[in-house]
Amino acid sequence: MGGVHDVSEELCRLDATAVAEKVASREVSAVEVAQAHLDRIAARDGDYHAFLHVDADGALAQAKRVDAGEMTGPLAGVPLALKDVIVTRGVPTTAGSRILQGWIPPYDATIVERMRDAGIVVLGKTNMDEFAMGSSTEHSGYGATHNPWDLDRTPGGSGGGSSAAVAGFLAPLAIGTDTGGSIRQPAAVTGTVGVKPTYGGVSRYGLVAFSSSLDQAGPCARTVLDAALLHQVIAGHDQRDSTSIDAPVPSVVEAARSADVSGMRVGVVKEFAGDGYQAGVSARFDEAVAKLAGLGAEVVEVSCPHFDYALAAYYLIAPSEASSNLARYDAMRYGLRVGDDGDASAEAVMAATREAGFGVEVKRRIILGTYALSAGYYDAYYGQAQKVRTLIKRDFEAAFEQVDVLVSPTTPTTAFKLGERVDDPLAMYLVDLCTIPSNLYGGPAMSVPCGLSDDGLPVGFQVMAPVLADDRLYRVGGALEAALSTPALLDEVWRQSGGAAS
Amino acid sequence: MAAISRADVAHLASLARISMTDDELDVLAGQLDVILGAVSRVQEVAAEDIPPTSHPLPLTNVFRDDTPAPSLPPEAALAAAPIAEEQRFRVPRILDQE
Repeated sequence: MGGVHDVSEELCRLDATAVAEKVASREVSAVEVAQAHLDRIAARDGDYHAFLHVDADGALAQAKRVDAGEMTGPLAGVPLALKDVIVTRGVPTTAGSRILQGWIPPYDATIVERMRDAGIVVLGKTNMDEFAMGSSTEHSGYGATHNPWDLDRTPGGSGGGSSAAVAGFLAPLAIGTDTGGSIRQPAAVTGTVGVKPTYGGVSRYGLVAFSSSLDQAGPCARTVLDAALLHQVIAGHDQRDSTSIDAPVPSVVEAARSADVSGMRVGVVKEFAGDGYQAGVSARFDEAVAKLAGLGAEVVEVSCPHFDYALAAYYLIAPSEASSNLARYDAMRYGLRVGDDGDASAEAVMAATREAGFGVEVKRRIILGTYALSAGYYDAYYGQAQKVRTLIKRDFEAAFEQVDVLVSPTTPTTAFKLGERVDDPLAMYLVDLCTIPSNLYGGPAMSVPCGLSDDGLPVGFQVMAPVLADDRLYRVGGALEAALSTPALLDEVWRQSGGAAS
Repeated sequence: MAAISRADVAHLASLARISMTDDELDVLAGQLDVILGAVSRVQEVAAEDIPPTSHPLPLTNVFRDDTPAPSLPPEAALAAAPIAEEQRFRVPRILDQE
């Protein structure tokens, strides 16, 4: 079982901060770093299936520009895995859907431009549940991703390609998007760090829309500081996104470095415990809370009574918005077109294309959303869900009068087996129970590892903060990471993957 | 009684412009009934006087200066078209044959 990693592969073990330092000091070149990661992807991604498309030429060209000194900064030369829901000029973008197979976007997302200017090297596009609808990647149109901790298990979803890439040492950084937990739940089940910034904190220009009032892109990494550095690069006002917040970016890097929770008031969400929570998840969570108290935080229990209704409200609001957003896949201007025999009407071509191009979960949600928005049902479903959304927001606002952050387990269980929930939509939806409230409210939230459950799989600790107080996540996350030495948990994955190569 | 029938699903699918086989309709009708049963929990919350929230931000109109900037060249905009013709998207017929 001895791990066999050669010298250049050792570069893949470094976190983003360490890579950037070595590149800046010319100890290694950005090209060497990029090539080491591309080689590791070639060697291991057959097992993981984290990537849908690897852009070796683009990555090496960008790395050369970094080596030529064209870009500098704290992440210059650091490789990154980009969720395939972010559009990239000249590089295929599918959002995990067959309906977009082969689509080459004519423009870059704002965050792609910002990362390029920061010298970040995009290695390729990662797998995901189709249009980000799912919690396991099993609803990808291109096959599931496997969890590097256990290949029979899911790496979470929708951003399971990104979480597997980071946990499997295929990239030190990744971008995810989080509509109901798609950054945080994959982070939790892979032992990595994932952050959903404040809604509007990171531009959505060039993010393929699922549910526009909830979607938010954010950083994935192996350390809290690395996530903060990436957050800093992608955040900030963008004129091309009318929902982008025109306010200074919270000082997330400083917060991650301080990692100071003394005097901080931490509220444990009473509703997110008990039945349905795996014993090992609850135990690691409770220990982490005790650790924060030991570091000087003031811990209290807080009740957020309407959080119990968040899942129901979400599965009305998100499908409703999706049914409208996904109307754009009409087979007319881009993407798949099926059944255009010269005789069929546009409407018939649309219906045939959408039948062939959408997977079962996307169809389920479009139909559900169409129903919830129908005359006669609107008030009872969509309208009522929007009122519940107000009550959830008020729960947060009331809680944040008493405490600085709220905490809970990120997800009730560790990584589940591939196939276990895919035919039971409600069981799959329950995975996002604890992550959904922050999306409905719009506040930032993080998942940071807090140890391993009795089954040997990682457990995620969720921190939720008020709108535009993203820095608090990094203080708490940084403190826990230091106290629990969580980045070392991934040594196990590194050892396993070395064994597989020998 | 089921909240949603197979015929309802067939109607919704036609509104959403998705062709569906009989098998798909059968499976989906059963699943949607279960899902609707779960999400109808929102109706347990007394919220008559509560205003709806459609968006996390208190959005008002967002304006910017009307400054000319380069836009996509036609070739780029049409590059992904299933069929392009004379700098336009060519689409199937949109009127009924009568």
